[in-house]
Amino acid sequence: MRKYYLPLVVLLLSVVAIGGSWLRIFNDYWQLVLLFMGINIILTVSLNLINGYMGEFSCGHAGFMAVGAYVTSVLTVWLFADDKVFGPPVLPAGWAIPLFPVALIIGAIAASLVGLLVAIPSFRTRGDYLAIITLAVNYIVKSAIENMEVIGGPRGFVGMKRVMNNMAGVFDAPWLLIWTFIGMLVTILIIRNFMSSTFGKGVEAIREDEIAAELMSVNTKRVKVIAFMLSCGLAGLAGGLFAHGPGGYVNPGTFTILKSTEIMVMVYLGGMGSISGSIISAIGFTLLLELLRPLGVFKWVVIPLLLVVMMLRRPTGILGNKELTDVFPKLRTIFGSEEESYALASD
Amino acid sequence: MALATFLQHLLNALQWGSFYALIALGYTMVYGVLLLINFAHGDIFMVGAYIGFFIATFLLGLGAGTALALPSWVILALTILGSMILTAGVGVTIERVAYRPLRERGAHRLYLVITALMIGLFLEYLNLSTLGAADRGFPELIPTEIYTVGGVSFTNIKLIVIGLAIVVMVGLELFLRRTKWGMAMRAISYDKTAVPLMGVPVNAIIIVTFIIGSSLAALAGIMYGAAYHVISFDMGILIGWKAFIAAVVGGIGEIRGAMVGGFLLAFIEIFVAALGPSTYRDLVAFTVLLVILTIKPTGIFGVARRQKV
Repeated sequence: MRKYYLPLVVLLLSVVAIGGSWLRIFNDYWQLVLLFMGINIILTVSLNLINGYMGEFSCGHAGFMAVGAYVTSVLTVWLFADDKVFGPPVLPAGWAIPLFPVALIIGAIAASLVGLLVAIPSFRTRGDYLAIITLAVNYIVKSAIENMEVIGGPRGFVGMKRVMNNMAGVFDAPWLLIWTFIGMLVTILIIRNFMSSTFGKGVEAIREDEIAAELMSVNTKRVKVIAFMLSCGLAGLAGGLFAHGPGGYVNPGTFTILKSTEIMVMVYLGGMGSISGSIISAIGFTLLLELLRPLGVFKWVVIPLLLVVMMLRRPTGILGNKELTDVFPKLRTIFGSEEESYALASD
Repeated sequence: MALATFLQHLLNALQWGSFYALIALGYTMVYGVLLLINFAHGDIFMVGAYIGFFIATFLLGLGAGTALALPSWVILALTILGSMILTAGVGVTIERVAYRPLRERGAHRLYLVITALMIGLFLEYLNLSTLGAADRGFPELIPTEIYTVGGVSFTNIKLIVIGLAIVVMVGLELFLRRTKWGMAMRAISYDKTAVPLMGVPVNAIIIVTFIIGSSLAALAGIMYGAAYHVISFDMGILIGWKAFIAAVVGGIGEIRGAMVGGFLLAFIEIFVAALGPSTYRDLVAFTVLLVILTIKPTGIFGVARRQKV
C-alpha cells in the first residue's frame, strides 16, 4: 500500500488546487500560477530524463514543446471551434471534453516523432555535438512553423480560447487545470516507473559508460530512442497544455532557446537525476518568476545572479542526484516502499 | 545567376562569415582548454561593441570642432585597443567570479554551462535595464568608400573585416603551434590531469585563453558596429548561438574548424536568402548542419577522441 502514498499526496494536492479553482477560492491569477507550475513540472521532469538521468545535454526542449503545442491546437481548433481557416467546428461542442485529452496525446506523439530527429543522430554523437543537434532541431522547428502560413506563420496561431470557452460552456469546470494536473501526475508516474524499469537502468548505464553498457548487453540504441521519444513526447504534452492557456495564443517566438534555457535551468537547479528535485525547482522557479514580476526588466538581471550564487553554494543543484526520501530518511517510512522502511526499522 | 551577382553574394557571405568566425574562435579556444561551452561569449561580443561605442563617442566628442580634435585613425586605434582591453577584463572577471570557483568545487561540467548561460542573460538584461532597449547608432570610425570592380561593388570596411578575420586566424594558428603558451594550451586540452604535474600553470593559461577570446569578440563587435552602424542589447544572442553551431560543425577546439564552420554557415545563409525566400534561411542552414553532424559527428576537422573502457 505504501508505494502509492506519494502519488496519493500529489493527487490530494492536485484535488485541492483544482477544487479551489473550481469554487473560485483561488482567483484567476493564482490559477494561472498553478497552471504554469504544472506545465513546468512536466517540462522539467521530462527533460531530466535526458539531461539528468542519461547525462546528455539537450538544449532544444522548447522545440518539441512547440510541435506539441501546434499539433494539439490545430486539432482542437479544427474539431471544436469556429475558425477562419478551418471553418465551422467539425464536431459538436459536447465532444470537446472527452476528446481534448486525445488531441493532447496526438500532439505528444507528433512531438515524440520529431524527437527521432535527435534520437537517431545520438547513436553516433555524444555530449556537446548532440547538444548542437538539439539546438539545431529547436531552430528548425521554430523556422518551419514560421514558414507555414496556414497556421499563422510568424504571427502565431489563435482560436484555442474558443475551444476552452466551448468546453466551459458545456460543463463549467477548470478543464485546463484538471488536464494539466492529470498530465503532471502521469508524467511523474511514467518517469518514476521508467527509471525503475530495465530501460531506466539502461539509461543510467549509458550515462556512466556507454561502451561498457553496450558490452553488458544493454541495447543502447533502443534505450536511447525510447528515452528521447518519451522525453520529447512529454514536452509535446506540456506544449499542448501551454497553448490552451490564457489568451489561447501561441507564436513561434515563444519557443526559442530562451524557453529551452528556462527548462534547463529548472532541471539543473533541482539536481540532475532527481524527480523530487525537479518538482521542487519547477515550483520554486515559477514562484520566483512571479515574486520578482514587480521588478520588470530588472527581473532578468536579478534571477541569473541569484542562480549563479545558488550554483556556487550548491554545485550539484538543490537535491543533487538524490530524492527527497534520501535526504530525509524519515520520509521513507511514509512514502518509501515497504521493504525500504523495514530496512530502516532494522538499522 | 550572373557571375557578378554571384561574386557579390560571395563577398557578402565572406563578410558575414568573418563575424561568425571571429566569435566562433572565442568559443573554440575556451572549449579547447576547458571543455566548457562558454555560452556567455555572444554577449561578450555585445559588451565589446558597447564599450567600443562609448569610447568612440567619448573620443569623438573630445575637442570636437576645434584644432584639438583627434585624427580619425587615432580614435579608431584607441577605440579598438581600449575595447579589447576592457572586454578582456570582463571576460577574465567572469572566469574568476563565476567559472573558477565552480570548477574548483568539482561541479559537473554541465552546471558550468548553465552558469555561462546565466551570465549571458545577466549581461543582456543589465544592458537592457540600464541603457534602454533602443538601438544605438555606431559612430562612423572608418569613412566608408565604395569601390566597383566589374559590376561587383564593395566597401573598404568589407575588405577590412575579411582581411582582419584571416589575419587573426593565421596569427592564432601560429600562436598555438609556435609559442610556448600555445603549446601549453594544446597540452591542457590533451590531458587535464598530467599537464599541471609538469609545472604548467593551468589557471594562468586559462586566463590567457579568456583574454584572447574576449578581445577577439570585442574586435568583432567594433567591426560589426563599423559595418552595420547599429548595435543593440540583443545583437549577441542569435549571432552567438549561430557562431557556436559554426564552431561545432567545423570541429570544436580547432582554429581552422571555427573559420570553415563560420564561412560555411554564412554561405548557406546568404545564398538561401539570395535564391529563395529569405524566411527559409534558418531552416535550410540548420538542416544542412544537422545533416553534416549526422554524417560526421565530430565536425569537419574534429578528431574523435578514443574512448577507453
